[in-house]
Amino acid sequence: MVEIQNVAFGYDAARPVLRDVSLTIARGSVIGIMGQSGCGKTTLLRLIAGQFLPSRGAARVLGELTSGLDREGLYGMRRRMGMLFQFGALFTDMSVYENVAFPLREHTALPEDLIRDLVMLKLEAVGLRGAAQLMPAELSGGMARRVALARSIALDPQLILYDEPFTGLDPISFGVIVRLIRELNDSLGATSIIVTHDVQEALGVVDYVYFMAAGRIIAEGKPDEIRASREPFVRQFVNGELDGPVPFHYPAPDYPAELELTEN
Amino acid sequence: MSLAQIREHTRGRLERLGNAVTSYVWRMGFASRFLFYTVVHSGTALRRFRLTVAEIYFAGVLSLIIILVSGLFVGMVLALQGYETLQRFGASESLGVLVALSLVRELGPVVAGLLFASRAGSAITAEIGLMKATEQISAMEMMAVDPIARVVAPRFWGGVISMPILAALFSAMGIFGGYLVGVQLIGVDAGAFWSQMQAAVDLRNDILNGVIKSVVFGVAVTWIAVFEGYDAIPTAEGVSRATTRTVVTSSLAILALDFVLTALMFTGGKSA
Repeated sequence: MVEIQNVAFGYDAARPVLRDVSLTIARGSVIGIMGQSGCGKTTLLRLIAGQFLPSRGAARVLGELTSGLDREGLYGMRRRMGMLFQFGALFTDMSVYENVAFPLREHTALPEDLIRDLVMLKLEAVGLRGAAQLMPAELSGGMARRVALARSIALDPQLILYDEPFTGLDPISFGVIVRLIRELNDSLGATSIIVTHDVQEALGVVDYVYFMAAGRIIAEGKPDEIRASREPFVRQFVNGELDGPVPFHYPAPDYPAELELTEN
Repeated sequence: MSLAQIREHTRGRLERLGNAVTSYVWRMGFASRFLFYTVVHSGTALRRFRLTVAEIYFAGVLSLIIILVSGLFVGMVLALQGYETLQRFGASESLGVLVALSLVRELGPVVAGLLFASRAGSAITAEIGLMKATEQISAMEMMAVDPIARVVAPRFWGGVISMPILAALFSAMGIFGGYLVGVQLIGVDAGAFWSQMQAAVDLRNDILNGVIKSVVFGVAVTWIAVFEGYDAIPTAEGVSRATTRTVVTSSLAILALDFVLTALMFTGGKSA
């Protein structure tokens, strides 16, 4: 479904964000890509989505080599994909109903009553059929995320990408999103990739995890293997330890000298 | 300061100047390509015309109040000032001509353009910039929908269509304001006011040229507005700066283009 081979990428040549990343994602699985902020996981997701092209290596997504696609080809690939953005990215000038109907209206010539049925089906799947006429500004963060999820599955995608889907959610909304990710993946027969730094929570929903640090994959395995990992970085991250390979203090000059507590 | 320091200092300044010029030229090129791409990908905006109609409502209908009220007051002031001058030469009955020509040739397109840039141009930039900042543009891209065709083109055509209509309404309200002050308040003869206006205002030389001006200003303002929004840095500060740039650049563009168009249209010919 997704094959990343020795991919390197940087926004400029001097600062590579991804260095020699390789991974393979099988159809039907829910994959977690985890790591601290700035490790390159969102960049990897954008690379899979075809928003960036690798500066070295190859990204094959849904059978297509992303670097070989023109705009039409890229859009053709994306029609078979759904993406949930960190804060939903709902169109604020459209109602919940119109947001979910948007991809159907843009990509199909279905009659209005069929579009209505499909929208209601998707909203029912995320439990928000009753909110169809609300505007995005009237939704809580968790509800907005669920509407965005309904919109991203409107065209029954084969691949669903989640960019930090748990950020800022209360525990109830969080539980709902976790359950929906799993249920929708299994019922659609899709493949899901979740990029997150909410490790403990995400380990409960994914089948396999790739752990990233400084633009590389430093560990991978099933959730139980990650929990039992002896890799210091993974241990620090999974257990939320204050100090470890990632130091608590950002590099700084000598503290007493900075406060001018020492002579000279 | 040694010779080497002077040379270094001069080189630094030249480099900064060169960078600024290169950056400006690059941005102009990008903006031109953006306009070309928008026009080429206007199929959706024209085929699904209700998208463009919605933008005509936001850019045009919602600007009506400020345009109509401003037009009325500008016409009233023109009549007051014009009467003061014309009566010295015993030509107060030409007040209608003065008001109409001033509005149709210059003030209508220019002032309506400036108001349009402030009211609608800034709103277009802010809306597109905020869509970018909240990842709505990216979401559209990810849904395989071209945001230039779906978001930019309808706004562009909405603005281009609205602007000449707003300028015409501005001029009409201005003439009405001139009539109120000149005829109803000061007492200029109504027949002279209207008949001299009718005789002096030429359809092609005055009205058509005014319409051409307002179309050009509409293209310029809306192009700048959609480009600045699309090119905005996706942060609160970035959108704020882009909105300010839209108003400043559009206003300067209108004044500069007005000079060029006036020079082309109204000098050297019969109507000069």
